[in-house]
Amino acid sequence: MKAGSATNGYPFVELTDICFSYGDERVLDHVTLQIRSGDFLGIIGPNGSGKTTLLRIMLGLLRPDSGRVQLFGSDLAGFRDWNRFGYVPQKAVAFESRFPASVFEVVLSGRCGRAGLGRRYGTDDRAVSVQALETVGMIEYRDRLIGRLSAGQQQRVFIARALASRPDLLLLDEPTVGVDVEAQEQFYGLLRRLNRDMGTTLVLVSHDIAVIAQEVTQLACLNRSLVFHGSPDEAMRSGAVERMYRAESRLVAHRH
Amino acid sequence: MPEILQYGFMQRALLAGAIIGTIAPMIGVFLVLRRLSLIADTLSHVALAGVAAGLLLQTYPLAGALVAALVGAVGIERLRTSGRVFGEAALAIFLSGGFAVAVVLISLARGFNVDLFSYLFGAITVVQPRDLWVILVLGLVVFGAVTAFSKELFAITFDEESARVQGVPVDLLNLLLTVLVAVTVVVAMRIVGILLTSALLVIPAVTALRLARSFRTTLVVAVACSLVSVLIGMMVSFYLDIAAGGAIVLTALVLFGAATLARRENPPR
Repeated sequence: MKAGSATNGYPFVELTDICFSYGDERVLDHVTLQIRSGDFLGIIGPNGSGKTTLLRIMLGLLRPDSGRVQLFGSDLAGFRDWNRFGYVPQKAVAFESRFPASVFEVVLSGRCGRAGLGRRYGTDDRAVSVQALETVGMIEYRDRLIGRLSAGQQQRVFIARALASRPDLLLLDEPTVGVDVEAQEQFYGLLRRLNRDMGTTLVLVSHDIAVIAQEVTQLACLNRSLVFHGSPDEAMRSGAVERMYRAESRLVAHRH
Repeated sequence: MPEILQYGFMQRALLAGAIIGTIAPMIGVFLVLRRLSLIADTLSHVALAGVAAGLLLQTYPLAGALVAALVGAVGIERLRTSGRVFGEAALAIFLSGGFAVAVVLISLARGFNVDLFSYLFGAITVVQPRDLWVILVLGLVVFGAVTAFSKELFAITFDEESARVQGVPVDLLNLLLTVLVAVTVVVAMRIVGILLTSALLVIPAVTALRLARSFRTTLVVAVACSLVSVLIGMMVSFYLDIAAGGAIVLTALVLFGAATLARRENPPR
């Protein structure tokens, strides 16, 4: 039983016929994908399958070579309401571990866009940040240096930072890399709560198929083109996942 | 009144020193964390070309320095964001280019004179009332800009991409930061000297990073270290008659050494 598995919500992200290349290398080939309110979408695929590129296109960090991107009903070119997105980047690229910032300062920086250019953080910015830290269960660490936390704790702080902008849609890029198993369980519990209880729409990019398939309501299998999009059960039954990864292992075997 | 405060030039120098000591580390903390420490050194060499041009044309050298540093700042940022050269190579090009122009202009002016020497190594006896006004106004510009945009500068320094996703104008703020470095270099050059200016941006910031428990305390500690260095350095310079820039930077290095030892005894949590 998974709440939010209905696909008739309001379309938050609509990608139509997206192509993208790095130089001569085609990374995304005519990808069409919709994310609707209430979805918990897992995007899986082997390394180099274009998962992160697709995420970056949704976030406006990359422009597609061709195709149409619509965000919350408006075209990408005219879209300004970026605070409706919350973004949790891959931990490895996110920051330097000796960075002198307290947990609270990091979470508060998630309010930067909302607070407005050149304005100081107000009491509501602080209140929302405290709330976000409570949601992820990290409030007692608020004055600790971010670099002194474990990978799992840092991950929760980054989720709190993303939540601090009160997003409608939370996008997470390979969030469990380097996080131990126990912290991963806590992490998926948190995502479940965000999706089911708080109604946050989630997009989770991962290569960790086994776990993802249990958690998400929608599964997109990407291997440059969209191999499958539907419920996780259908994906397993149709053999789409297996085929995709078998193709990859053949490719790897061939290269070596 | 102690002897050091009885001279008009010394009062001006101390005031200028306090302004420089406050703004240099505020900028420096962001530069160090963004791994852009070399930008200050680059822009001071570009500013030297402006000083040389000013001396050659017998106009106001600080004005020449400001123009040259601002042009250099915009040029560096364009070259960096164009992606045509590797990040640090852009700095190397401007550093050596600025220095080459300066050397050519100096040789046209038939070599070094006392004036140029004071710009290179800093001095406490040279701050004219006009210089103090320039330092005050430019210092306020830097202080105001960093204060107004501190939350954006923190966001892009901690995680540029996430800031971009939030709609923070990252490229504009990067340009702003580089321009502020240019202004700071010009503010600092009279007292600290062109060749040592970047040390005043970088060393107190690095010292503060050793002791930090949050970003806010890092900024406060960096400014405190820098002010202490500037004031002690200027007093040493006054009483021992040695170059102010050297005395200030050596004091900053002593504080850095002390912070390193203190941290070894008692690492921050």
